[in-house]
Amino acid sequence: MNNSGQTIHLKKEILVRIIKAFFSDNFERHTRLIPYDMRPKGMEVPYRCCVYKERAIIKDRTIAGLGFPIEEDDETVSLADYAKQALERKEISDKNLTVLQTACKGCATNRIYVTDLCQGCVARPCQSTCKFGAISIVNGRSVIDDTKCKKCQMCINACPYKAIVKISVPCEDSCPVGAIKKDETGFASIDHDKCINCGRCTAACPFGAVHERSQIIDILKAMKSDKKVIAMIAPSIIGQFPGNIYQLKTAIINSGFDDVYEVAQGADITANTEAKEFTERMGNGQNFMTTSCCAGYNQLIKKHLPEIKPFVSDTKTPLYYTAEIVKKEHPVAITVFVSPCVAKRAEGYDNRNVDYVMNYEELGALFIAKKIQIAELDEGKYTVEASKQARNFGYSGGVAESVKKSLKDEDSVKPCIVNGLNKDSIKQLKKYATDGVCEGCNLIEVMCCEGGCIGGNATINNQKTAKKLIDNFTQNSEDISKI
Amino acid sequence: MERVTVKVCTGTTCFVMGGANLQELHDIIPKKYDDKVELTASNCLGLCSINWEYSRAPYVKVNEEVVSEATVEKVIAEIERQLAKQ
Repeated sequence: MNNSGQTIHLKKEILVRIIKAFFSDNFERHTRLIPYDMRPKGMEVPYRCCVYKERAIIKDRTIAGLGFPIEEDDETVSLADYAKQALERKEISDKNLTVLQTACKGCATNRIYVTDLCQGCVARPCQSTCKFGAISIVNGRSVIDDTKCKKCQMCINACPYKAIVKISVPCEDSCPVGAIKKDETGFASIDHDKCINCGRCTAACPFGAVHERSQIIDILKAMKSDKKVIAMIAPSIIGQFPGNIYQLKTAIINSGFDDVYEVAQGADITANTEAKEFTERMGNGQNFMTTSCCAGYNQLIKKHLPEIKPFVSDTKTPLYYTAEIVKKEHPVAITVFVSPCVAKRAEGYDNRNVDYVMNYEELGALFIAKKIQIAELDEGKYTVEASKQARNFGYSGGVAESVKKSLKDEDSVKPCIVNGLNKDSIKQLKKYATDGVCEGCNLIEVMCCEGGCIGGNATINNQKTAKKLIDNFTQNSEDISKI
Repeated sequence: MERVTVKVCTGTTCFVMGGANLQELHDIIPKKYDDKVELTASNCLGLCSINWEYSRAPYVKVNEEVVSEATVEKVIAEIERQLAKQ
């Protein structure tokens, strides 16, 4: 996904300022001042009509950074009050995304539109091709009746002048399950019952209107308490920060955590368990099995694709096993999962061994606020070193490969890689489930994000470089043990 | 002819605020400019702390010119300017 650009820069800067405010002598006051510090009086206005609107929008983004839903803000509550409420909050929410609706104003509704290029031709292929009778001719030109138009786009293909266009709404177009919609009022909103938390819309919106509700304040509060706070870092973190993952361990500890575990440690268990389950299922005559470690895919199964459930591995996710180990070793510690994924927030919420979830942008913001220079730090050690295959879990193909390498008979695995969930791949998965066959394959690896977790919505590095850095690093890691 | 020096800041602020994407320069620059341009990764150049209020990270230094909010395209453009001066 797109991990650069101005809106992401802005979101990260706000997170840094929230964290700095938290550690200042007066959290509430410094949070209230964030919009004014970022857009001081007399400053040239970079994006919008005036400095006041800029500040209002920064305020909304700060509300999400503090962990609250922007939609519910009635504009009368000050950021100082939000900061106070965030400090007093005991529970986190299971709704992970929130939309800054004032940003939606700039975005036209999703529709099919006849432009001025329409020549009012005699053939009128648009009119004859429309199955819904939505096109009529007014003053010699085609006009679409939006109440009848089903957006099938047949007229677009029929027009020889290319005069008809689809006006896109990027968030709607990016959502693989139709969970985000601009309604009659023109504002986008998320249907949380449908949403699989893939995070596509956060990356797709050019106004940066969709925000994750951050748990950063809850995590910082835990650090201030007398409890141990333990970070569990996802395999895809390799290459997301300067230095190596041993220096990263030191950096995470310097930023306020008490210890760090690689979730790749749990990925080794997932791979071995899944390999065992694979052999059993194949022995029982099942045609194929799908992986089960991707949180976005698991949400898809639950909310939209229950028919595939019998084929999905019962093996738990790497996070599940890692959090179980951590809580066994440190029963009263607070656990924080660090990943680039929105859907893992949902998985964390449902797992009592995972207390909080933070993404790479938030961890990066914490490093910046604490002035930590990772590349200049000494290396820390992990109690358990994960295998090469487990550390490769974060990119497309890595999970299937780890299952294969876990087996003595590697050739028994015939993988099919679903690299990214979209309307087409979901349709394909549905077909496999109803047919009970996936031609030529017996292990379907599903990753919700294109490229795998390294394509997650809160990554710092671009996919190509990240993949290269992971491969460079893991070539020196041990091979996974066979079951 | 003097070589143009390019220093990419790999301090945490620059890296997190978008500098990670500048690692592509390691592939692009040797191919495009051979030994006319010398590319190094530098520890924190200290520019973010001076200029933090303007939040212009990531920074790259091309000779003595500071490129702020650096992207691959902006850095290449500055290299071209410096080469043209010679």
